[in-house]
Amino acid sequence: MSQIAVEKKVLNENQKIAAELREKFREHKILVVNIISSPGSGKTTLLERTLERMDKSKRVVLLTGDLQTENDATRLAQWGFPVKQIITGGTCHLDAKMIEKHLADWPLESFDVLIIENVGNLVCPTSYDLGEHFKIVILSVTEGEDKPLKYPSIFVKSELMILSKVDLLPYVPFSADLAKSNARTVHPGIQIIETSSKGDGLDEWMRWLEDKLAAVKSGELVSA
Amino acid sequence: MHELSIVSSVLDQLEELKKQHEGAHFSKVGLRVGELAGVDVDCLRFGFECVVKDTPWESLALEIEQVARRQRCPGCNAEFQAENWATACPHCGEAATITVAGEELQIAYVEVDE
Repeated sequence: MSQIAVEKKVLNENQKIAAELREKFREHKILVVNIISSPGSGKTTLLERTLERMDKSKRVVLLTGDLQTENDATRLAQWGFPVKQIITGGTCHLDAKMIEKHLADWPLESFDVLIIENVGNLVCPTSYDLGEHFKIVILSVTEGEDKPLKYPSIFVKSELMILSKVDLLPYVPFSADLAKSNARTVHPGIQIIETSSKGDGLDEWMRWLEDKLAAVKSGELVSA
Repeated sequence: MHELSIVSSVLDQLEELKKQHEGAHFSKVGLRVGELAGVDVDCLRFGFECVVKDTPWESLALEIEQVARRQRCPGCNAEFQAENWATACPHCGEAATITVAGEELQIAYVEVDE
């Protein structure tokens, strides 16, 4: 009996494609964010509010992942920015190959921002690098405050946590302070923005995107 | 659950490795899974059993080494295990410490029968 040392990443193939995507994004100076949350936390709604407010001169494109249906793409398309639905056909996450495939016939050089809405799931999307600059996790106030402790990986890997549906706080037994403190327990440096579809926090969120985009354009922000 | 795709990725890589070791029989594969990898080890074991059944990989054993999250303090250079997600340095109190282990999702080795 003998042993062969392999020492390779299990998701080597995904990593390879993600690295190629990252190189393309760097070359064309595109800001890429990967938005992850449980189903129903408000990913699509946040994106609707984002596109509604987005400066129309910004060239934003979206890829939205779901197990089935084109519903999200249809919802998001009404603001005039290019949107493509990725139907995973049952797979619980997006992987780099799906991103590569769906970007293939889009002229990357003419984009500023790529927003990827991952499949609603707090676990599986965490493992798959899509070549993005930032993962962003959304936690809504109709979930439990302990989600960051139950699903720490995604909170550790996210640059920003959006605490969504804060307009419902008076009606639900949810402590925003506890949720934020739990998120900071697993990731002390995590940034947090509180939002609602009524407009709370959306200026701050748009500014966050603007700042990151400016940093990508100036070459100050390069994804590793 | 994405554990099945992870098992497929492992077997794809072993297929490739087999080409470099012609005629060798792989008896065991060792994986390293960090606690931040987002992988449920029990699901992974179950998925592995399901996938290899009735295939040439059926006799392949699976060993999983779980890796705890370790942090390094940029202030005092101490390295420590992050118990209960507390990542502040227990020696000097520095809050922003760096993750040095726990994100692994790797194929560590394969065992080969001569």
